[in-house]
Amino acid sequence: MIVETGHYALVLALALALVNSVLPIWGSVTGDRRLMAVAPSVALMGFGLVAYAFFALTYAHVASDFSLANVVENSHSAKPLIYKISGVWGNHEGSMLLWVLVLALFAAAVALFSSSMPDDLRANVLAVQSWIASAFLLFILLTSNPFARLANAPAEGNDLNPLLQDPGLAIHPPLLYLGYVGLSITYSFAAAALISGRIDAVFARFVRPWTLLAWICLTLGIAMGSYWAYYTLGWGGFWFWDPVENASLMPWLAATALLHCTAVMEKREALKIWTIFLAILAFSLSLIGTFLVRSGVLTSVHAFASDPQRGIFILLILVVFIGGSLALFAWRAGGLKQGGLFAPVSREGALVLNNLLLTTCCATVFIGTLYPLALEALTGEKISVGPPFFNLTFAPLFAPLFVLMPIGQNLAWKRGDFFGAAQRLIVAIGAGLIAMLALAAWRGGPVVSVVLSGLAIYVIVGSFADLGRRLFVGGGATAIMGAGQRALRLPRQAFGTAFAHAGLGVTLLGLAATGWGAEKITALRPGDEVEIGPYQLTFESVQPRAGPNFAERIGRTAIRSSGVLIATIEPSTRFYPARKMNRSEAGIATIGLGQVYMSIADVAANGSVNARVFWKPLVSLIWIGALIMAFGGCLSLSDRGFRIGVARRAAKAAASSPQPAE
Amino acid sequence: MTRKKRRLVLISSALLTLSLAVGLVLFALRDNIVFFYGPSELAQKAPQPGTRLRIGGLVKEGSLKRLDGQSVRFAVTDMKSEVEVAYTGLLPDLFKEGQGVVAEGALGEDHVFRADSVLAKHDERYMPRDVADALKKQGVWQEGAQQLASPGK
Repeated sequence: MIVETGHYALVLALALALVNSVLPIWGSVTGDRRLMAVAPSVALMGFGLVAYAFFALTYAHVASDFSLANVVENSHSAKPLIYKISGVWGNHEGSMLLWVLVLALFAAAVALFSSSMPDDLRANVLAVQSWIASAFLLFILLTSNPFARLANAPAEGNDLNPLLQDPGLAIHPPLLYLGYVGLSITYSFAAAALISGRIDAVFARFVRPWTLLAWICLTLGIAMGSYWAYYTLGWGGFWFWDPVENASLMPWLAATALLHCTAVMEKREALKIWTIFLAILAFSLSLIGTFLVRSGVLTSVHAFASDPQRGIFILLILVVFIGGSLALFAWRAGGLKQGGLFAPVSREGALVLNNLLLTTCCATVFIGTLYPLALEALTGEKISVGPPFFNLTFAPLFAPLFVLMPIGQNLAWKRGDFFGAAQRLIVAIGAGLIAMLALAAWRGGPVVSVVLSGLAIYVIVGSFADLGRRLFVGGGATAIMGAGQRALRLPRQAFGTAFAHAGLGVTLLGLAATGWGAEKITALRPGDEVEIGPYQLTFESVQPRAGPNFAERIGRTAIRSSGVLIATIEPSTRFYPARKMNRSEAGIATIGLGQVYMSIADVAANGSVNARVFWKPLVSLIWIGALIMAFGGCLSLSDRGFRIGVARRAAKAAASSPQPAE
Repeated sequence: MTRKKRRLVLISSALLTLSLAVGLVLFALRDNIVFFYGPSELAQKAPQPGTRLRIGGLVKEGSLKRLDGQSVRFAVTDMKSEVEVAYTGLLPDLFKEGQGVVAEGALGEDHVFRADSVLAKHDERYMPRDVADALKKQGVWQEGAQQLASPGK
């Protein structure tokens, strides 16, 4: 019964989304305040209904209701509760429902927290959001109904793909979707602004917190996905340039660019057209990502069942929304007023360069991801574009960003002084060079690792150079005394920028250090020893152990450093009887910032076990860096400038004082 | 600087970055793409030994031989032709005889494919799409034949 009400709630949500697609826009065109006021309450109701539908599906999964096709295909009564819940989105239908839930959540958030927004802007934003919601609700109801019943309910389900039975499934998809789909809000803002034709600093001020929120979630979601792949695939890799990963990286690159150019638009009213374009682009890339992942054109753990009908439907949505917004853009953008002037060497100039590089990087990823698909569609020839392609194209275009990041932070708005900025970074440059020399002397190893580590140190130190200068004015003891007070007065956004940039540096350091790692593939019998990096591993025993819905064989291994036991790891291979599927679970010991990583395969006839052992120095920095980036984002988000009151005052000031002629 | 000059700086730096990107992409696409062949196509096209390739098909029943240490040999077949594959390393969890597989590496002079990575499918229900297509070309594979356990899809 609950299941049927869930299905009904989805239908109602579609009806409400259709209402909200039309009435608010009509209201804003005719200037009817009552029609515009419909939007927030309908958005909230829509969210309530989708949330209820989601709850109904979760209920069916938790209660193991095997009369539901979706539950039969993806659940099993012996599955642990956490995977019964996260298994809701571990399949095509459920993940699309989560997609729409996040979409509705953002619409509801705008309805609740944007009372200071001009009425017509809010009405238009919510209307555009409802267009997207209508399209995807229709998609779910017509092609991917999660509530389909079976005539003959089996007694037991098929279980969830074992690769997905991992805590990562509880965290990675929701976070990624909050980011991915969160960008729909920036898209709605851009479309709404184009419709109303009013694009100014106030617009940037309203759109920025949402972009930042989506960006934070996207950063964490990508990092979490990468860590999951790292510990579960058993190859020790954390980024494979897989099309599915690229599908999330492209919106991240576009969102990062958008974040930086809204800063310019807010402060200086420049780059308006470009900001709008990026806002459209970021969500368009999310849509393309959804298409790639959900349509079944790619083979991946993310593509559940493939059904050509679904692919065509999503493609249609894609064409309508990307094409429509770009047409709107082409029609309206020409009428925008020119923004403020700035010299090429200035904060704005640096941000333009940042945008240029980020979007170019994004374009290379786009080509590398879609070229094989296009080629196959046109010629039937199958090719794959792997890491070598991206190392050759993405890396050289992204590397200058690291060099320029601290410099840009130290340039003044309007007209900057390049040499002045370089002078302020003397400490950072020095630290980078010293790190390079020290590493070259101490570790030696690949030149790339040494150079990138130095660059990373430069970025980390350089990110705080501007902040340090502003905190420690003057010299001596008084400067240090005053620093605390000044820190409180500085906008938190300054801290946010510093931390986010430093986080990227930290990630780079983790990436650079992979060059000093070690890898060994050997056959081990109990009692055997392996030397890896600075550690000695003793393979102690192979023991069977029973899990809730699997049986595993664990290889206990002790890690010693010059005779002293530091840690014990238990890599295992698991067998899931419901799907007759094997899966290995790596044993990982984090020692300092590095990790010893070991995965084992099946036991061979002679009793030995094939094992893959890695020593990965500083590897955890890759993900810690992402956490620091997200922390920086949160600091910025908590900045006073983003709070609603300030935006309201700015909006009022803009409304009351006539715009100065430019 | 006038507005015009500033715009010129902007546009020329944009063009510079773009042309750099285009150059890199074209260069990388020339040397770093890998073609995918099924066993029959491989026999037909006879690529130069040493060219990086991906091959895919089914692991032939009874062909898996574990040599000393970490080395294995197996044959990949599409039921018409087959190719011998040599690989050193850990086979993926879902690697099984009679199941789909994709291997990346290069063909040796002796017509043995030396793989440096072997991928099996992600899920026991579905065939890697490339493999399914390669098998379809030989008329061995029918759509839906393996999807017994998925009534709703």
